This record gives sequence, C-alpha cells and structure tokens, in this order.
Amino acid sequence: MAVRVMEGWQGLPIEGVIQYCRDLVEDVDYPTVKRWREDGGKVVGHFQVYFPEEIVAAAGMLPLLIRGGSFEARGADAHFGGYLCSIVKTSLELSLTEKVVLDMFVSHPICDSARNLAAVYGRNFDYPCEILYLPQNANSAYAQSYLRGEYDRLKRGVEDVAGRRITDEDLRSAIAIFNENRRLLREMYAIRRDTPWLLAVDEAYALMAVGGMVPREEHNELLRYALDLVGKRDLQPQDRMRLVFEGGFCEQPPLDLLNTIGQSSYIVDDDLLIGLRWITEDVPLEGDPLANLANAYLEHSSYSPVQHDLRKPKEKMLLERIRNSGADAAIITAAKMCEPGLDEQVAYIKALDEEGIPYFVSEFEESMTSFDNLQIQLETFIENLLFV
Amino acid sequence: MSSEQSVNQSASTGHDGADSIVGRGNKEGNRLFREWYKELTTSEERGEKSAYVFVMGSLAELLRSFDLHTVFPEINGLQTAVRHVSESYIADAEDYGYASDVCGYVKADVGLQMRHGEHPMGRIPRPAVAVYTNACNTYIKWAEIWERMYNIPIFTLDVPGTRAEGKQTWRGNEDFENDRLYVEGQLRELINVLEGVTGKRFDIDKLRENMDYANRLSVGFKRVVELNKAVPALYNAVTDGTVYLGVANGFRGRKEGAEYFEDLVEELEYKAANGIGTLHEEKYRLVFVGVPCYPIFRRFGEMFSEWGGEFVGSSYLWFASGGTNTGFEYDLDNPLESLAEGVLITVRDAMDSMFYSDKMLVDMVGPYGIDGVVYHAIKSCRTVSTGLADNRLAVMKDADVGTLLLDSDHMDPRVVSEAQLKNRVDAFFEGLATRKLMAARAS
Repeated sequence: MAVRVMEGWQGLPIEGVIQYCRDLVEDVDYPTVKRWREDGGKVVGHFQVYFPEEIVAAAGMLPLLIRGGSFEARGADAHFGGYLCSIVKTSLELSLTEKVVLDMFVSHPICDSARNLAAVYGRNFDYPCEILYLPQNANSAYAQSYLRGEYDRLKRGVEDVAGRRITDEDLRSAIAIFNENRRLLREMYAIRRDTPWLLAVDEAYALMAVGGMVPREEHNELLRYALDLVGKRDLQPQDRMRLVFEGGFCEQPPLDLLNTIGQSSYIVDDDLLIGLRWITEDVPLEGDPLANLANAYLEHSSYSPVQHDLRKPKEKMLLERIRNSGADAAIITAAKMCEPGLDEQVAYIKALDEEGIPYFVSEFEESMTSFDNLQIQLETFIENLLFV
Repeated sequence: MSSEQSVNQSASTGHDGADSIVGRGNKEGNRLFREWYKELTTSEERGEKSAYVFVMGSLAELLRSFDLHTVFPEINGLQTAVRHVSESYIADAEDYGYASDVCGYVKADVGLQMRHGEHPMGRIPRPAVAVYTNACNTYIKWAEIWERMYNIPIFTLDVPGTRAEGKQTWRGNEDFENDRLYVEGQLRELINVLEGVTGKRFDIDKLRENMDYANRLSVGFKRVVELNKAVPALYNAVTDGTVYLGVANGFRGRKEGAEYFEDLVEELEYKAANGIGTLHEEKYRLVFVGVPCYPIFRRFGEMFSEWGGEFVGSSYLWFASGGTNTGFEYDLDNPLESLAEGVLITVRDAMDSMFYSDKMLVDMVGPYGIDGVVYHAIKSCRTVSTGLADNRLAVMKDADVGTLLLDSDHMDPRVVSEAQLKNRVDAFFEGLATRKLMAARAS
C-alpha cells in the first residue's frame, strides 16, 4: 500500500470511529485526497453511480467517487441552467474550486445530466474527461462482450494517465481488495437488517461513504475494526418501525437528514451509494479479469432507476428489498430535479399500493439544512401506523 | 430529374415556376403530416400495429419492413403544445402521480394514454412494441411506463456515444468495431422481437428498399441544412425547420419522405438561385440551440423576426433528426451491417449535437455568417439543457458573436413567461445592434 491517508481512527471506540468518518465525509476539502496527492499519487474522479474502480486501483491511482456535497455551487452555477439536480453542480464546483484536483474524470450515461457533465468537465479542464458507456441494454446477449471491450478501452485511457501498464495480475489484486470491501459492506448491511439498533442509518452511511475517498485497503481495515466494535455495542432494541429508504442511488441526502430519520425508525435497508455495493457477489479471480468485471456488472448486481434491465423491474426489486429486510414500510424519496428518481416514484407507489405496504413520499436536496418539517411528517406517518 | 435540371427548368418558367415551387415544402409538409395522423387514427380499425419510437434513432427503415406504423410520442407531445392543450394532458399525468419536474413530453404522453389516444390531430393507436435508443435517457424511463401500462415488449437499442469531445472513432478502429458489433447484435435481436410482435418473417429486400428511401431522404436533408448558408436565408430553421423535421421523422424509410426532400432541395436551390428569402427582412443571422418554445411557438418566432432576426441554423435540426443531417448513406449490399454502422454514426452525432455542440456552432459562424447564437434551455429536458450555459461560455470565448440564453419550457405553458422572454430577446437585439455599429465604426 502507498501512503496512508487515514490516521487517527485506530484505537477509538465505535462512536469515535463513526465521528471520524463523518468528519471526513462532510469535509469538502477532501483531506484524504490531498494526502494522496501530496505523496505523488494520481486521482481519477468518477461520477455516481457505478464505476469499475478496480481498473483505476490496479494502475496504482486513487478512484475518487464524485458525489457532490452539501455546499453552495457558486462557481458552477454559471455553467448550468436552473432546472437541474444539485449534485451535478456541486460536483463541478469541487473541481472548479480545486477542493479536489483530478488527473482524469469519468461520467456515465446514468442520466442526461450526468452525460452532459463529462462534456462540461471537458470544456473546463485539460485532463481527460470522458463518458464510460455502461450498457443500457443489459438483456442483450452482446452486452457482456461489448462491456468487456469498453472496459479495455477505459483501461488503455487509465494507463495513459497513470503512465504505466496494467497487467491481469494488477487487476486480480485490485479485484480481491474490492471483493473484500463489498463483503464487509454486505456484513454491515446484515447488521442493519438483523440488529438495526446496533447501527443507525447515518452511522452506517458514514462508515460506508468514506470508502469512496480513500484507498480501499484502508477502508477494509477500518470496516473490519468498526464492525467488530459494532457487534459488541451494548444497545437494546427499541419499539421502532422498520423502514426501507429508497431514492439515494445518486445525489446523497445530508447526513443530518439520515440522522433525523434514524431517530424515529430503523432503516433496515437502503439504496444509498448503491454503486459501492452494486456487485453483489465476489468477482472471480481466475480467468479474464475484465470479462469477470463485465459479467459481474450485468449478472451479479443490484438495481437502480438508472440501469435498465428487463429482469429487474424496479418496483419488483423494491418489494423484494422490503421483504428481504423484513421492513414494515418504505420511505420513497428522490432528489429534486432527478428525472429517473421521480419517474420511478410513480411505479414504486403503485406497486406499494397494490401490496398494501405503507410508504412515505418525499424529495430532498443535498444542500438542505432544515429537517424539522420532515421529522414532524415522518413521526406523524409512523405514529399513524404504530397506533392503528 | 436531378435537382439542377429541375431548377433550370423551373427558373425558365418565370413567375409561374416560382409560384409552383416557392412555399411548396411547407404546404406539402403540412399535407403529409395530416395524412400521417389520418393513417394512425384508422390503423387499429384495419388491424395494423404500431411501434412507439423516438426521433433519435427511430429505426423506421426496419420497423416499416414489418409493416409497423411509427408513432412518435415527442411529436404528439409538441403538437398538443402548439395547439395550446398540453397543459390539460400534463395535468392528468400529474394527478396520476408524476412530479412537476418530470419531462413535459412524458407527462403529455401519459395524459394521452389515459385518454385512450385522444389527440388534437386524431387518435393515437396503442403500441404493439416500443423501440428506442439511449440517445435520451428519458426514452428508457418512458418506455418502461408503456411496458407497465400495456405489458408490451420494449427494446432498448443501446448506442454508445462519443466518449469525449473530438474523440469519435470510425470504421477500422477497434473501439468503433466494439460499438458497431454491439449495435449489430442488438439489431439482430430486435428483428427476432419484431417477428414475434408482427407474426411476419423478416424481409431483407423490404428493408433494403426502405433504406434506399432513407438514403435519399438523408442526402436531401443534409443539403437542406447546407443550403441555408445562402443570403438571405431560404428558410427559418426553427419555424420552417420544424415542418421539415416532421417529415424527416414521420416519413423516414418511405417513398414520400424521399421525394419530399428531393422536391424541397429543388425548391431551396431555386430560391437560392433567384435570391428569394423568407417573408421577413433579414438583419441578423442567428443559430438556435435547444428545443423550440412550442406553447407560444408562433409568438416565440415573432419575437426574433420582428427585429429582423432569422434563424439560419439550429441544433434542433441536427439532434431531432436523429443525425440525419450527417447525410449518412447505407450500403445496400450489406443492409444489416450498414444499418448498424449508420445507426451508430447518426445517433452518436445526434447526441454530440446536444453534448458537444460548441465547436459545431463556432464552425458555423463563418460559413453561415452568424451574428448571434440563441440558447433555449427548457425545464423539461436535461438532455438538451444541462450543458447549454457552459456551451455558451465556450462559444463566447471562441467566436465573435452575440449570445442569448433563455429559460422556459417546450411543453408546459406554466413555465413560459412571454413577457420575460421578450424582455431578454429585445435586450439581445439591442446588443446585436450595438455590436454591428461598433464593428462598422472599427472598420
């Protein structure tokens, strides 16, 4: 491992580790990235939702999840119109203000704003800015070989930026690290599902989100340490409703919003930062690594409103998530101006109505700072269900 | 008859020739359009099936070879706006649950489906299948709505776009081949789906014939776009251009479409040869970027024409024709392979016209004599609008032209403030006048 970018969490109690992660996640100066760069490391920023980070890590560079943030996008506002989700603006703002300095930027065709973002970046920065065309026809028999070729194209571009070749062994080593990371995240989500009183949604989020801004080896160390402590927490279950939170696949709600929700309910599953957990099984280490990554993306993966797959109608997947997590109800949210999220809300609501599953609908924005109304509404919703 | 021959013949007929040629494109375009809607209105009675498609990558050549009608929900939507009834369709969709920030086209279509196809132009048939590309992500979400409503097969033809500005690849490049093989494979899968939907066997000769019509239409369309370099401009790229787009989309892969554009080229060449422009005095030559403001379509055009502003070009003619402006011609000896290549190149070009149009606009300034670029960002469409402000900054840096960025919508009259738009348009022209004055003094 190259330079360590996270110091100071070792030996802390779980509350301290969580606070350490929370401080990092909310720090718009991205100190971990700065430390990486100070050591001569290069950084590839990739916009939400999913990105094959293994390819960047295999080149010895830091894959940085670009997920906007809770701050004003004063400079970026001049580059965009008004009717737009916040994450696109704040993501550009991070680079315009040099809060993060990149060596390459990659966006995806997840939505029309995200595709435009690569073009906007390209007009404003000299480093390579491109779109990784993840397949939108996941049901085609040709999708996997296409994606393997697309990953190979990305690999060549990454090699140019890194100034070195990426071997299959480099890729396998990276895949092993990311497999471990995804295993740990699955373990964390199992805790949330089985013993939700041990780890609130905002706490889990902080532990998870920090992974998008540090080398994953370090994140694995931190997660192993933290999950061990979580299991030893002396906390008793409370009479709270079990909820699924849906709508956090791209723009992220502020941690305080999650904290507000967590105060009155147990969030037993969610789609927050789903890209970090997109692949649901270990990627095989044998064989062609790029083909394995392509296969995992298409065949062993989660769902979101921004991937079209006839095998995964989103409302059915949501119902499955609710059933698998033993949830009593769902919070159906979407970021303001998020077309895919808002489109999906309608299908979710109809399906939940048909199944008789209660739900609470809301919109959020990453920069919102007042949660009083949400808290009152959510508490009213829960009281109405608990005291029927 | 070649275009050149026909122009000479027409010109030699003097005023009679002019009377029969000038204005023919708009008249014939409107007639074809009405005919098309009539066909759709009665199609279900005749037991004929329809495919729901979109303007960027309609695959009309292939669908028509299965005798499927093509229904364009975007065109249905804009027709409701032009006819001032879009708000009620949108309201129905919002009552159903769609948020105010969802695309107005989608909501107008949901409203239309809820009314069983009742539309100001006729009755829109239900879909037997939906075929769409990823040129706009909302296409995919939209098709998922029909899948839920009608339980029909929906097919995403995934067309990888340009990865970065100026980095397009072409035949022979390994990345291009990777994309092309993916598109070709999907086309073969689509053919299987269409055979299932229609119960008809794929007929490659029928496809070849339709591709031939599409070739003729493409060549004509490209020429139409180029011809507007003429001074004065031969047509308004927004108002007249929308008529041309209607025919290009609705009649792609049909004999009528091919002949229409050959006739239109003849008309425009005649006008160019005789110095005949539009009905308005041309003082400023403009390019339009975005989607027109359909709820006040006529008035929107007047805001510019009253000042002598003429739209000689439009990015709308590029992307809303699905890249037909490239003039791509299929190799009829290898229909499927060439269809894959053509779809890849044209749909990619349509996407480029939205995401990377800044250089294209700068390149137009000299040849088209552009004085100003007008950007119209719309609330409904992130595909077209997200990058416009940044695009404008890039154009202002690289070209000596005036620019104007307007915000409204192409469907929802609640978002369109005519007075506010006019204020900004007036200020824009005052600025253009000053620029001209200063340039004249400097020279």
